[in-house]
Amino acid sequence: MSRTEFMQGNAACAEGALAAGCRFFGGYPITPSTEIAETMARRLPKAGGVFISMEDELASIAAVIGAAWTGARAMTATSGPGFSLMMENIGYAAMTETPCVVVNIQRGGPSTGQPTRAAQGDMLQCRFGSHGDYSTIALTPNSVQEMFDLTAKAFDLADRYRVPTFLMSDEIVGHMRERVTIPDAVEVERPRPLAEGSLPFEAGDDGVPGFAPFGSGRAVHVTGLTHDERGYPDTTDPEAHDKLVRRLVAKVESARREIADYEVVNPDAETVFVTYGPPSRTVEQVMRDRPDDSIGHLRLRIVWPFPEFALKVFPNAKTFLMPELNMGQVVREVQRHVDQPVVSIPKIGGELHTPAELVRVLEVYR
Amino acid sequence: MIAPDWFREDRLPHIYCTGCGNGTIINCTLAAVEEMGWKRDETVFVSGIGCSSRAPGYILTDSLHTTHGRALAFATGVKMARPDLHVVVFTGDGDLAAIGGNHFIHACRRNVDMTVICMNNHIYGMTGGQGSPTTPPGAISSTTPYGASEPAFDLAELAVAAGANYVARWTSYHVKELTKAVAAGMQTPGLSFIEARTQCPTNYGRHNKLRSVSAMIEHLRSHAILVAKRDRLVAEGKPIPEGAFTVGELVRRNRPAMGVQR
Repeated sequence: MSRTEFMQGNAACAEGALAAGCRFFGGYPITPSTEIAETMARRLPKAGGVFISMEDELASIAAVIGAAWTGARAMTATSGPGFSLMMENIGYAAMTETPCVVVNIQRGGPSTGQPTRAAQGDMLQCRFGSHGDYSTIALTPNSVQEMFDLTAKAFDLADRYRVPTFLMSDEIVGHMRERVTIPDAVEVERPRPLAEGSLPFEAGDDGVPGFAPFGSGRAVHVTGLTHDERGYPDTTDPEAHDKLVRRLVAKVESARREIADYEVVNPDAETVFVTYGPPSRTVEQVMRDRPDDSIGHLRLRIVWPFPEFALKVFPNAKTFLMPELNMGQVVREVQRHVDQPVVSIPKIGGELHTPAELVRVLEVYR
Repeated sequence: MIAPDWFREDRLPHIYCTGCGNGTIINCTLAAVEEMGWKRDETVFVSGIGCSSRAPGYILTDSLHTTHGRALAFATGVKMARPDLHVVVFTGDGDLAAIGGNHFIHACRRNVDMTVICMNNHIYGMTGGQGSPTTPPGAISSTTPYGASEPAFDLAELAVAAGANYVARWTSYHVKELTKAVAAGMQTPGLSFIEARTQCPTNYGRHNKLRSVSAMIEHLRSHAILVAKRDRLVAEGKPIPEGAFTVGELVRRNRPAMGVQR
């Protein structure tokens, strides 16, 4: 049995987290993500969890990482300015292989920008925002249902690959109200435990070490310094750094097919929209208005790691069109993987592309 | 005598300079842990960045060596998620009072049940001796070549004002008193803050006419006055000696605390 409700996207995100077993939320109020914290504040104590309002976003992500090291499923939610503040500790989570979930309800930037307006301007920041080389996972919901489903899924991916995992939503989907079906239970995949005799940062073939949360008697030393398989700092040996950082990147990038989540419409199409998040809703409207097999749609539910093989699903493609709520960010990734022309359809200011705007571009390129 | 099974012997030699006081403070802390009868698998050490913050890496428990200034926020997450674990934070004056100042006052306000030990050597030691928020006015450092011109923070008084349930200050000279204070802090529910003033002969003493380790320790000893003596001087209307700082227990109280195991 499941139940159906009419719900706000941010509330569905919180419900998805709770259903996935999230039991720790550290946060700081920021528009347009605040309803997630408010829902968690109301619901977590009754679910046996901990809600804590931290003094800033640096502290929020720090507390989440601390809680995650006790084995709790832990999350924070924020928007642009707070996301920027979290960057250093996101790198720490990547370096220490801490499974945790960061929700970013994107708003217009840079700086304080447009607190109540939507954007997708942090898509490269979530991939490259902290210093140094690393890889993470980013999910991009386009509906209230997906705010629930993909938040729950984010916890599994974070645990499976031991990486900070981002739910990169935005003001439109966060504040949208739609019907959502909530299952009675969500299947959960927790991290593989650290095997007896294994070192705390000794990875298997998949590049992912077993996890021994604090209190499990394994005396794990966790550091953001370059470290060996024991977790001990080894900061000057080029080989030690090379081995660690290449593994941190490869464990995510080499699992691109396993992680990938996308939808394909009309694989024989010649003109293909590539979207993630709410611009996909406009493309769906365009395709409903004018059914035409020569127009295709690739919608990414996971943008990072980027599933470049999904672009090859359209063998007849002559042009890719990419509407984004930014000045052209993920389009760069598409451009570097295909030979055909890739047209960016940027839009900033806070409003979604209208169907008419996309049709105008479509007319030019087909 | 500290049970050797609390140290990661495979991590030796440590990074501390000859004459550094941090080892003394680690010893006092582990002596207090032993007095408490805590077990290794239920104790977590947390730290930020700096010389002080390397301490957890030498102790054979679960430990979290985090980012600069944020140790108390990480420790808050650990303790709130697992109140049954004992949480001890090692920090320094730069880590706690400069970059981590906001987390410091809020951790004291929340009164999360953990023990925070600040190795205050009045300098950024790891980066080679720059002026910190506790560098005494007039002191020479690589970024205060004409003498520190800013007033210094009194970390222990700051913790008292912000609401910590237990606050004490001692020095690396006062080994027995410091050990007792750490144990008293561990026994007190809520946040316990112990400021341990310590010597950095390499990056502080050398530039401030305190070249030898013994001169630095003697300087700490001779400038420390007991809280009771300070109070007596104030009551008698007598001046507090130049450069003196109080040592002893500054507060022990029972404000509501968070993360206390039920």
